[in-house]
Amino acid sequence: MDIFLQQLINGLVLGSVYALVALGYTMVYGILELINFAHGEITMMGAMVALSVIGALALAAPGLPGVLVLGAGLVVAIPVCVALGLLIERVAYRPLRHAPRLAPLITAIGVSIILQNVAMLIWGKQYLPFPAILPQGRHTLYGASITDVQIAILLLATAIMLLLILMVQKTRLGRAMRATAQSRQVASLMGVDVNRVIAATFAIGSALAAVAGVMVSAYYGLAHYYMGFLLGLKAFSAAVLGGIGNLGGAMLGGLLLGLIESFGAGYIGDLTGGFLGSNYQDVFAFFVLIAVLVFRPSGLLGVRVVERA
Amino acid sequence: MSALLAINRLSVAYGGIHAVRELSLEVAPGEMVCLIGANGAGKTTTLKAVSGLLAPHGGSVHFDGQSITRLPAHEVARRGLTLVPEGRGVFPRMSVAENLMMGAYARRDRAEIARDLDQVYALLPRLTERRAQLAGLLSGGEQQMLALGRAMMARPRLLLLDEPSMGLAPLMVQAVFDIIRRIAAGGVAVLLIEQNAHLALKTCARGYVLENGTVTLSGPAAELSANPAVRQAYLGD
Ligand SMILES: Nc1ncnc2c1ncn2[C@@H]1O[C@H](COP(=O)(O)OP(=O)(O)OP(=O)(O)O)[C@@H](O)[C@H]1O
Ligand SMILES: [Mg+2]
Repeated sequence: MDIFLQQLINGLVLGSVYALVALGYTMVYGILELINFAHGEITMMGAMVALSVIGALALAAPGLPGVLVLGAGLVVAIPVCVALGLLIERVAYRPLRHAPRLAPLITAIGVSIILQNVAMLIWGKQYLPFPAILPQGRHTLYGASITDVQIAILLLATAIMLLLILMVQKTRLGRAMRATAQSRQVASLMGVDVNRVIAATFAIGSALAAVAGVMVSAYYGLAHYYMGFLLGLKAFSAAVLGGIGNLGGAMLGGLLLGLIESFGAGYIGDLTGGFLGSNYQDVFAFFVLIAVLVFRPSGLLGVRVVERA
Repeated sequence: MSALLAINRLSVAYGGIHAVRELSLEVAPGEMVCLIGANGAGKTTTLKAVSGLLAPHGGSVHFDGQSITRLPAHEVARRGLTLVPEGRGVFPRMSVAENLMMGAYARRDRAEIARDLDQVYALLPRLTERRAQLAGLLSGGEQQMLALGRAMMARPRLLLLDEPSMGLAPLMVQAVFDIIRRIAAGGVAVLLIEQNAHLALKTCARGYVLENGTVTLSGPAAELSANPAVRQAYLGD
């Protein structure tokens, strides 16, 4: 029982981070039918920038409360990532808006390689440690344990996702985003400045990525110039699992993938008689991706409403 | 007479292919004008260029005395020129009510928007019953009504209609044209494109005949209807 509950907690925490990153993939895909492969690297940049700020602050003002230091890291990382996302959209994707679909895809991969190398030049190849500034509380719950950091991640991720749903359903910008996703031409006939809506989509996705990057680095206690690759690929798999282009799908897919990984890693040793250990955790995302693409390419929630003539 | 819409020697090309050549046309405030022509004559292309969806190759478009020749579509729309596109273009995964609200997207006058919404529902009772339904699940005729209602929500001064009768049963065509007449009676100018020349000439005061991207004939609708060449080519005599 306790192991089961423990895996459930770990899976939900990890999954809610995947969901935040997956939302960025799915929002951009919903509007542009473009897979922004640089999105994982934006997450990485968020983590690296936040860690630099947090590290510097922790050194300069050791007495400051950890939550404040963390907040400062986020306050810097979010605008940096938003600016980066806007820049990438403007320079790398917008000029290719009417090009064959392969072109922006290749550009996306190019941009992510550039970002990795820029990060490596700035921060080097070593792991950046997350300073011990956060509350280290650990609570016991029916034999499983949950840390303060895990609780904070769960609450923050849930709040952000609820806000996003509200924004997309109820606000003028949200309505413009949905209209643009359904038809760019008709949206522009309604007076929607489609380029601004697309830019806003990149900005929102990048802000979510920044938060997710900080969460991951707080959870694992480190950040690294290459962390965006695996994280991005997993979040992309989660988005495809839920049905790419569908916001609820990205959330569901993220949570499911987190659970699959966590339970998979917990039981893989038993299943293979000890041949494979929990270090094979990362492989599940790719099994999921392949299985979805083979058996249900539209994903779990990716069924389209019938569109009559 | 100062024209509300003045198209002067407009040319539009797709790659190297000229779809519209040196087309000139005018619509006065509150006037109903039709543009008739066979398949591929360049009717849709003309409306797309006027509304900013396509950049013209040459010529000019003036709306209310100001050039809108190379303005992007969202800015043209904000000036009060609204296109109801070929195939209606409703947002299929939005409700009827949300589609109507999208029509008022560029407006900020909340109280007036609410009043216009009531008026649109009064004009289109079929939509009232289906407010909460997804637009993609409406019938073709209902979608056309929704597209017209949504255009009204923008409070346009000029409505561009691209084949509103396309694919509709005769009774529904009548209902749709009834609505168009009532919109025009409210003072909105209309530029109507139709393949159904008989209906178009019966509805509008003036007309233009488009052939291979150029205007070949124009005049009062009654005159065009009596013209032997028009009768033979478009009215099935
Ligand atoms: N996107 C495009 N690319 C290339 N050629 C096009 C494109 N759209 C239209 N054309 C061509 O331009 C010409 C005019 O087309 P347009 O759609 O304006 O005709 P139309 O009068 O609206 O016809 P219909 O009554 O069939 O709607 C046609 O020869 C058509 O093949
Ligand atoms: Mg046409």
